[in-house]
Amino acid sequence: MNFGIILHVLGYVCTFEAGFLVLPLMVSLIYREFYVSPAYLAVIAICLVLGFLILRRKPKTKGLYAKEGMVTVALSWIVLSLLGALPFTIAGEIPSYIDAIFETVSGFTTTGSSILTDLDAMSHASRFWRSFTHWVGGMGVLVFILAIVPMKGGEFVNLMRAESPGPSVSKMVPRLRDTAFVLYAIYMGLTAAECVILLFSGMPAFDAICITMGTAGTGGFSARGSGMADYTLFQQGVITVFMIMFGVNFNAYFLVLRKKWKQAIRSEEVLVYLGVIAASVTIITANIAGMYPSVFRAFHEAFFQVGSIITTTGYATADFNEWPTISRVVLMTLVFIGACAGSTGGGLKVSRVIIMVKGIGKEITSLIHPRSVKKVRMDGRAVEEVVVQSVNAYIALYLVIFVVSVLLIAIDNKDIVTTFTSVAVTFNNIGPGLGEVGPMGNFYAMSNFSKIVLSFDMLAGRLELLPILMIFVPSAWQSKHGKKGKGGKKGSLKKPERSQKNVFSEHEGIC
Amino acid sequence: MQIIIVGCGKVGATLVEQLSQEERNDITVIDTNAEKVRHVTEEHDVMGFIGNGVSYELLLEAGVEKADLLIAVTGSDEKNLLCCLFAKKAGNCQTIARVRKPDYNQELYYIKEELGLAMIVNPELAAAMEIARVLRLPAAISVESFAKGRVEILKLKVKEDSILCNMAVSDISSTLGSNILVCVVERDGNALIPSGDFVIREKDVISIIGTAKETVKFFRKLNMLTNPVKNLMIVGGGNISYYLTKVMTATGVNVVVVENDPARCEQLTEMLPEATIVLGDGADESTLIEEGLEQMDSFAALTGIDEENILLSLYAKSKTDIKTITKINRINFSEVIENLDLDTMVYPKRITAEHIVRYARAMANSLGSNVETMHRIAGDKVEALEFIVHPNCMLVNRPLSEISFRDGVLVASIHRKGKIIIPRGNDTLQVGDTVVIVTTITGMTDLEGVLKKK
Repeated sequence: MNFGIILHVLGYVCTFEAGFLVLPLMVSLIYREFYVSPAYLAVIAICLVLGFLILRRKPKTKGLYAKEGMVTVALSWIVLSLLGALPFTIAGEIPSYIDAIFETVSGFTTTGSSILTDLDAMSHASRFWRSFTHWVGGMGVLVFILAIVPMKGGEFVNLMRAESPGPSVSKMVPRLRDTAFVLYAIYMGLTAAECVILLFSGMPAFDAICITMGTAGTGGFSARGSGMADYTLFQQGVITVFMIMFGVNFNAYFLVLRKKWKQAIRSEEVLVYLGVIAASVTIITANIAGMYPSVFRAFHEAFFQVGSIITTTGYATADFNEWPTISRVVLMTLVFIGACAGSTGGGLKVSRVIIMVKGIGKEITSLIHPRSVKKVRMDGRAVEEVVVQSVNAYIALYLVIFVVSVLLIAIDNKDIVTTFTSVAVTFNNIGPGLGEVGPMGNFYAMSNFSKIVLSFDMLAGRLELLPILMIFVPSAWQSKHGKKGKGGKKGSLKKPERSQKNVFSEHEGIC
Repeated sequence: MQIIIVGCGKVGATLVEQLSQEERNDITVIDTNAEKVRHVTEEHDVMGFIGNGVSYELLLEAGVEKADLLIAVTGSDEKNLLCCLFAKKAGNCQTIARVRKPDYNQELYYIKEELGLAMIVNPELAAAMEIARVLRLPAAISVESFAKGRVEILKLKVKEDSILCNMAVSDISSTLGSNILVCVVERDGNALIPSGDFVIREKDVISIIGTAKETVKFFRKLNMLTNPVKNLMIVGGGNISYYLTKVMTATGVNVVVVENDPARCEQLTEMLPEATIVLGDGADESTLIEEGLEQMDSFAALTGIDEENILLSLYAKSKTDIKTITKINRINFSEVIENLDLDTMVYPKRITAEHIVRYARAMANSLGSNVETMHRIAGDKVEALEFIVHPNCMLVNRPLSEISFRDGVLVASIHRKGKIIIPRGNDTLQVGDTVVIVTTITGMTDLEGVLKKK
């Protein structure tokens, strides 16, 4: 394990967090909320001091292997959350630090589960900061850093791979930095588009910005206590469409930018994703038509809710807790499917579900024709066996963590729907569940222990399980005096910082 | 520069490694082997595609339309040529193909012209030419030529009893009376550019630059052999052996080729009537002795197995004081191998990559003073680059002592109107000169890169 490079990246994370926190500080000045400004200023100072202290020491070797990449990403997100939670507690808006951590983790992981009972009592600065964590957490903090800080060497792709959602991560353009840049450019473009439309529709600027950031990251924190209820049907419709757009694999947008329409439209994952949405909307509309004055209104509610749940955003226009069982079960199914890989959404990811279902099909075929040779195909290409295996392993691991978490939450002795859905919606980064944690409820009543477990679930879900688990594996921490036998290759006397070859193996499916 | 590399074998991977170091290159690799693509994309900041590089659709997907250079280095000559042809039609980019079959060797020029290739690389031929160059001056470990052969950089090892031991670099030319310059010293696995007061020790490997006449004089002063070899024994009858034998017999050298495959021996005798072809196991000591190893003055181990080549050369060295040449295919572990006492090592893959990198480097900068020739000294730690001085170059007409050079840069020689100048502090660069720069800064594409950044 190369601790030097991990620490170095953490230094950047601290410095960038200071930069992020400048924004809520500015909001507090605009709204003249001077009682929270010192809290943000203090945390900015802490981040800067930490960052500079760490960055002053240069790492001895630059080896960043897959395991370092995972541990770095996991630690970065933990550090981000721990520091990001500080202003809430220092300003006294969320007195309990554990509650503040839950709220911040929920923000960065784009979950949107909240422990706040009275959102309107909170300062604009803190509400903005909650929503901003969604935005930056959606595309990834390290991807953001990679887009800005020039880091030379191919190994940093391990950071991006550990942070980006989906079974395989591929670059769009040859250079890692350019890829990160393209991702953020598309992301910012879509964000700006939504914000402008909402502003023109007459939404107050603060709400428009917060809601846009919540949609973009597929987070789900509201801008005001009443949630979505105050907005017009048109505004809700705009939000629905953008939620679904942010749940699409960003590779598709890149192909559109490159004018490769055919390829973009042919993406199997996006088609299945849209198909699932259409099917769910139809079922729920039919199911709840009687509860609303018109079929159009029922369709609107169904469309919004399906879009909100499958993209793992978690906004609610209606209290779907009151809906018939079949609608609720459909929504709960969508919770597990989640959005496309390479989007800002969470859940299992559509591509994983496709590979899993096709894998099951293949197994059944091989029972009927025991000697048949068959491969799982996607987008017209055979999926490599390694990818299929890793998807299966992922799902197995997913189930194990899920069951263990439900058992731990059960200690709180809530009803079974609350217990089950609270894990389901945090682990899949949705937000509101059913029962006590439904769209009109919140997580305030949970015990501190449960909140820590759920925070862990949110991080595990956002970072695709393995990175977070890595930090609990003792052998990953083994260090051989910080060196990897690379001393000889360190090159000439004049330029010791050059030459950074290394070899590592982790799977990736690039096509 | 947008570069597409088709084929991620050893040459492809070496190219990726070297070209991706340069800031302005965006590299895409294509290979049918997913494992290889994965390996390369994980190690370097490049994009990978899995599939057949000859496929027009895949080439389009990899961005051939916007590419500046396509390098085809798959295992198949025909595939490489076809790939270049498609790329040329689809994207109008420069193309480089590796063509290695001796069957095509006579037609390379025709193929290059007809298919509009920028360059054809034949690794075996290039390796053979490099070996032939060293055999002309066997006391040197390697010989690189610049300014159309007028200047040479020679590498040699300082022996224990050499008069160079404990001599300061600035004293060498005055003491030995030869106009040469020590440009690189390799010691303990490091390479550095020595200053005037640097003292040479035994077992250092030094590279000197000078005209052919001056370097020969220098070797004579050191009591080292300066005559070309007269007898050469080659073990292994592959393509390099074929090309090498052809070149050497043409200059009147006696060549003995030991090969253990009867069919290949038949072929070789047909193609190389002037050489002695021996059917036998080169890895057997008695065969070598019987065929007169002890009477030879040079020995080349060119079998397909690296380990065998290393052992054979070590054996030959232990038997008699002989010039040995060892071919090594795998580039890994070169640091360990270089510590063995094996005078000249030849890496065909590295030579191929070097040729291509040189072309890419020159292409990267079509304005200004671009790279004419490039050689690597001491693995990939030091580069010797040849530039032509253009009129708008900032270095023109300024005494060298007044120019603030970056650390690790040495102006090693100036070639002006057929005259070679080994520069001192008050020499200047003139428009039209070709200048050789030796530097530890790798990846330089422009002569002005030697200046300190402001």
